[in-house]
Amino acid sequence: MNLLDFVLAVPLVGFIVVLLLPRQTQTIRTTALVFSLVAFAASLGLALGYHTDDAAQQFQFVTDVTWIASPNIHYHVALDGLSLWLTILATFLTPICVLLSWNSIQVRVKEYYAFLLALEFGLTGVFAAQDLFLFYVFWEVSLVPMYFLIGIWGHERRIYAAVKFFLYTMVASMLMLTAIIYVYNRAGTFNYSDVTEMLLNGKLAFTGGEQMALFLAFFVAFAVKVPVFPLHTWLPDAHVEAPTAGSVMLASVMLKMGAYGLARFCLPMFPGAARICAPWIVVLAIIGIVYGALVAMVQPNMKKLVAYSSVSHLGFVVLGIFSFKQLGLDGAVYQMLAHGISTGALFLLVGYLYERRHSLAIADYGGVATSAPWLSTVFMITMLASIGLPTLCNFVGEFLVLQGSALANFRWTIFAAIGPILSACYMLWLYQRVFFGEASEEVRYHVFDLKPREWAAVVPLIAMMVWMGMYSQSFLPAVSKTTAQILEQTQVNVQFRVKAVGQASGPIQSLPTEVAHAR
Amino acid sequence: MPVSLAPGGVEYIRFLPEIILIATGTLLMVLDAILRKGSRDAYGRISIVALAAAMGAAVLAYQSPGPAFSDMLIVDGFATFFRVLVIGVGILTVLLSFRFLDREGAETGEYHALLLFSVAGQCVMVSANELIMIFIGLEISSISSYVLAGYLRDDKRANESALKYFLLGSFATAFFLYGVALAYGMTGSTWLTAIRASLGGEPAAPAPVFIGVAAALMFVGLGFKVSAAPFQIWAPDVYQGAPTPVSAFLTTGPKAAAFAIFLRIFSTAFEPIGSGWAPLVWCSALLSMTIGNFAALTQSNIKRLLGYSAIAHAGYVLVALAARSQVGMAAAMFYLAAYAFMNIGAFAVVSHLSGKGERFLKVDDFAGLATRQPGTAALLTIFLLSLIGVPLTGGFFGKFYIFKAALDSHLVWLTVLGLLNSAVAAYYYLRILVVMYMREPSDAMADLEPLSAGLRVALAIPALGTLFLGIFPAWVLNFAGKSATLVR
Repeated sequence: MNLLDFVLAVPLVGFIVVLLLPRQTQTIRTTALVFSLVAFAASLGLALGYHTDDAAQQFQFVTDVTWIASPNIHYHVALDGLSLWLTILATFLTPICVLLSWNSIQVRVKEYYAFLLALEFGLTGVFAAQDLFLFYVFWEVSLVPMYFLIGIWGHERRIYAAVKFFLYTMVASMLMLTAIIYVYNRAGTFNYSDVTEMLLNGKLAFTGGEQMALFLAFFVAFAVKVPVFPLHTWLPDAHVEAPTAGSVMLASVMLKMGAYGLARFCLPMFPGAARICAPWIVVLAIIGIVYGALVAMVQPNMKKLVAYSSVSHLGFVVLGIFSFKQLGLDGAVYQMLAHGISTGALFLLVGYLYERRHSLAIADYGGVATSAPWLSTVFMITMLASIGLPTLCNFVGEFLVLQGSALANFRWTIFAAIGPILSACYMLWLYQRVFFGEASEEVRYHVFDLKPREWAAVVPLIAMMVWMGMYSQSFLPAVSKTTAQILEQTQVNVQFRVKAVGQASGPIQSLPTEVAHAR
Repeated sequence: MPVSLAPGGVEYIRFLPEIILIATGTLLMVLDAILRKGSRDAYGRISIVALAAAMGAAVLAYQSPGPAFSDMLIVDGFATFFRVLVIGVGILTVLLSFRFLDREGAETGEYHALLLFSVAGQCVMVSANELIMIFIGLEISSISSYVLAGYLRDDKRANESALKYFLLGSFATAFFLYGVALAYGMTGSTWLTAIRASLGGEPAAPAPVFIGVAAALMFVGLGFKVSAAPFQIWAPDVYQGAPTPVSAFLTTGPKAAAFAIFLRIFSTAFEPIGSGWAPLVWCSALLSMTIGNFAALTQSNIKRLLGYSAIAHAGYVLVALAARSQVGMAAAMFYLAAYAFMNIGAFAVVSHLSGKGERFLKVDDFAGLATRQPGTAALLTIFLLSLIGVPLTGGFFGKFYIFKAALDSHLVWLTVLGLLNSAVAAYYYLRILVVMYMREPSDAMADLEPLSAGLRVALAIPALGTLFLGIFPAWVLNFAGKSATLVR
């Protein structure tokens, strides 16, 4: 049992322990906090123990144990640069979610924290799984606790939102399950590395039609999760109705499951189809960027505004991934992390406002800056990070994505760059309406400043925004190493396919050389 | 063919489970007549002991596998798997009947005797190797089930249920018998292996049209028994009207046994004409899944909802049958075991909640169960998640193996449509979760009693079984895989 297994096991044990505890709010909250902090501390060990030098393995902290002999399913977990930071993101945000729910959750406390820990288990598992089947298991397992978190502790339309969320994901992931079984039947293994290896050396080759069908099956499952433009309608509902911790986990980590899946599975396993579809997907991504931002601008509800801003930000991630450029992929991964931090913080702060004023309507606020100056300052920093101000986290990701997409096709960059401009509009306008102006009676009376427990939850996020904005070198080397590998796989694969099948179906170009020299 | 007609000692051991069940069933009827004032629960306890002994005997019989009674019966892995399964279903049904019979003030002696006879009939079915024997087992099982469905004489719905079940069931049995007669006429034998041999032989092979008709008639009869579309019309009414423990029993035990003979007949006797019947099964599977799931979407009565879901689940098993492979057979066996656990569990909660006279059967009556009895709600959640097919439950692995087998046999469209169907199904199972966890307590909650001891066990075993099959499926699957090879 290595450190990664430990990180995975802690939330699971915590889940069981919390379920067995007596119904005493204080004990349960403290236990949940302890378990989530232990998991986070252990995951820091992962970051410190991860090697990025040239001799390092692609996958580290590997555990590969047979779970079921036939069909050949393994408990196979490992981390590479793509999954390392996302795993830590999940463990980092869980204690924050425990803290921010401390007083706001008063009913069925035991179930709440149990589900939160179960969610952490599912999310870390999704990123760590290196076995396609295991990946699917974690993918679905993470769905159930989130469904309950939204459905039980959410706002008025919570049931509608929870069911919609569950069904959207379920339908899409059924297609993915079909594709996974199909790949297994052809490859004889669920092992991700083995499958890509076999694709590389030609032991496994899909015909063009197969590749396209499998790619689309995976893509739809991930696109719903991301969400890519026409499949995004579950997201505003789920975000608005979820309790604060649910929104934070949903926006920060769960959406990344989709983007992670695109980079991890869709590109290396079905590169030909991915390249054929890339222009269309990029168009959807750009529509998502612009549309999300425009819709965010007219929202009267703060949470909905942040939710649509997520659609816009995640469009960048998809654009970066399907630019097929090193810079674009690096930027996409970085944007995933940055969005996790900044949007998580936005939802958290909106949650703080809601706890005070019991309203999410922007119109009910105004003048908060006078009654809660620190809250306003923290919100300001977070908002600027979300807009993509240099020296804060989102800037790095967006810049790299735009650079990568410019290398691929400059026109994409032109349209995508509208996104950050619009994001400045809706964010600044939101800030102006909520924090400036005349404070109403209710605001003056109810909206007080941050309390120590609330500080404890928000300070780590602010610190991360600055760190990620100022010194991206702490994070990028591990990421680029993996993204380079992914790109290599897509490139070699395509050449092989073209050579072996003897037909260049569609506009497959060999990768330009600048990728190799881009770093 | 048989040489000596006198059965030897080992053959009695191979037939021991049925002997125990029939003997105990008869004993219960006699006791019921003599001891008018016996303890009400005693009969149930005796049944459990008898069923447990029968399960032991089934395992014992597997230690010396082979044919019995002039090849009429065969004890192989397949038979043992299903014997243990139907006997296990019997035990769980008895466990969840204690409280029910007590609450409704019903006679207990006859009830348990009938249950034992029904289980015995299913044991005969699953180990029969010959069409007449299969028919006898089917009749023993079915006739006891008809009576059980109408066991509450004064209840209108139960009467309707029993009558419908009886009429349509007899009709279906007649179809089956026609099929048997035709098959005998064409091949000169009722032994499954002999039929297969005569179909495989080139020169003397009978006309495919007639043997096809024979297979089709049997398909109709068995399709009715497993509630596969388009022969599913009776199922929701019967499951809704029958007493809840009986519904739990009917949707699992007799169904598993009927699927067992379905598998045995079609993959043994009619295996040579597989390409002929496979499209029929394909259509029936898709129809069952679609009709079951879409009809269940709008149900407000929980038993009816579970009835439609039973049709859909029969469809999933038919997908495995349509795959026509050993993997498919093993998958079907695994699925039926998983389904038995999760469905009995779900019905056990329904029975617990329905109250005297089964008043509370609306989905809305589950409102607030999670606040009133979190443990019960959590157990039902496990069963429902398993019925949806969420990982780490038996239902998920069952579906996974079935659709994997289907893809192995290149049934891509059936797989895609089947899996999308199961996403549709998620909606109506989620509805139950929604009312249970996300609504305020209903009237049904006001006088909800704590779980009785029998129900506790009847809930704990399926819950553990569902999770066990979901986390360590290999054990059961390996056995099923081994047994699936023995069938031919």
